[in-house]
Amino acid sequence: MADAQFEPKIVGFLCRWCSYTGADLAGTSRIQYPPNVVPIRVMCSGRVDPTFVVKAFANGADGVLIAGCHPGDCHYQEGNYKAMRRYPMLLNLLDQFGIERDRVRLEWVSASEGDLFATVVKDLTEKVRALGPLNWNGNGPATAVGESA
Amino acid sequence: MAAKPKVAFYWCASCGGCEETVVDLHEDILKVVEAVDIVLWPVALDFKLKDVQAWKPGEVAVAFINGAIRLSEQEEWVKLLREKCPLVVAFGSCSHLGGIPGLANDKTRGEILANKYHLSPTVDNPEKTLPQESCRVDGYDLELPSFWKQVKTLDQVIEVDYYLPGCPPPPSTVATAVEAILKGELPPKGSVLAPEKSLCESCPRKDSKPDKLSISEFKRIGTSIPDPEECFLAQGYICMGPATRSGCGERCIRGNMPCRGCFGPTPGALDQGTKILSTICSVGEADTEETARAFADSLDDPLGTFYRFSLPASLLKHSRRQEEH
Repeated sequence: MADAQFEPKIVGFLCRWCSYTGADLAGTSRIQYPPNVVPIRVMCSGRVDPTFVVKAFANGADGVLIAGCHPGDCHYQEGNYKAMRRYPMLLNLLDQFGIERDRVRLEWVSASEGDLFATVVKDLTEKVRALGPLNWNGNGPATAVGESA
Repeated sequence: MAAKPKVAFYWCASCGGCEETVVDLHEDILKVVEAVDIVLWPVALDFKLKDVQAWKPGEVAVAFINGAIRLSEQEEWVKLLREKCPLVVAFGSCSHLGGIPGLANDKTRGEILANKYHLSPTVDNPEKTLPQESCRVDGYDLELPSFWKQVKTLDQVIEVDYYLPGCPPPPSTVATAVEAILKGELPPKGSVLAPEKSLCESCPRKDSKPDKLSISEFKRIGTSIPDPEECFLAQGYICMGPATRSGCGERCIRGNMPCRGCFGPTPGALDQGTKILSTICSVGEADTEETARAFADSLDDPLGTFYRFSLPASLLKHSRRQEEH
């Protein structure tokens, strides 16, 4: 499945307080990492409704990164715990849909961990690249009506 | 006296329960029959495709179609009804969202056929015969409709004007809808003919729903009896109420059964399954990644539980394996 030409499309939901700032730090520190993650700044990892993740896949994403403050460091006390509690159930659900666990990653990245952000993005990009395109509604039967095969 | 408006009822992949709800109008069915002529109703009266083909366009005012769509024959019928009728109402959970037959989108077409014709313990089929779309028997060419890779909602096949949700739709909502159609007092096209609030808003157990839901372990109806007064979620039973549209009359709740979600998502919820997942999991006792995982693993079938009635209408619509077969 792995294709040398394939560049994974990964949507990154980054918490405004820690992980987005961590991503900024990775940039200002000139750390090299793959450009595959499209960052979306959210107020908190707890704001990342599982619907966002599913919608990203339905609309063509190959992978999703959710990154927030370390447990105990949440700007809103416990938003990241909400993310932490939903994540394993979401993985179990996606399993049933046939979406591999390695396509979704929840990671704690603080504002000072630019290097960790870069490492996470590198690792996730390579894992998703190895899995190949998800192409959820691309050429599958979801868009075509009336075929029998 | 002006001619009575003509209405049609049709069924696709359904169980017959939606037909039952029409019968459940009891004496009120007489008012319906007084007001309209039922010109097509396969469950009760014999009709053929050519009868419908002979209708003049617009002659039949409204078609109520129940059931999900999976066969080419169903597609042919609903397209014909759409062509003939100015109003098409998706009647019941299956045509609205895919319903229980829609859960088949978790399996491939091959798995379903193999289970039905080869693997089921009550099947004796040593030659491994499978139904074919066409075959020749005694000099006759016989045809069967084709069986699609996946189940579709009615609005994924034809344009739908209104939706009557429910499994089945309660007689009161049917009566209200029929009355609105007869009077021409209809909401904007595409509306679901039910309230926009969540079931929790009208739930008789509303007052016992805690501000902060916290489920530590899942309970199951099969192995324990719920308290008849307290909010199901507060007790640890999965109740789809928070993610489900109200208007059903809370029939299940009054029968001491948690909501299973047949009215579909509230208008604000894009995806009923991930919404209820979020509600159930966000607040709990798990405070480490290990306990959160153990909590998630204690629920056997999240897909079947969270999308019991809405899989084909969900954002993902089907499991991925279907694309490979």
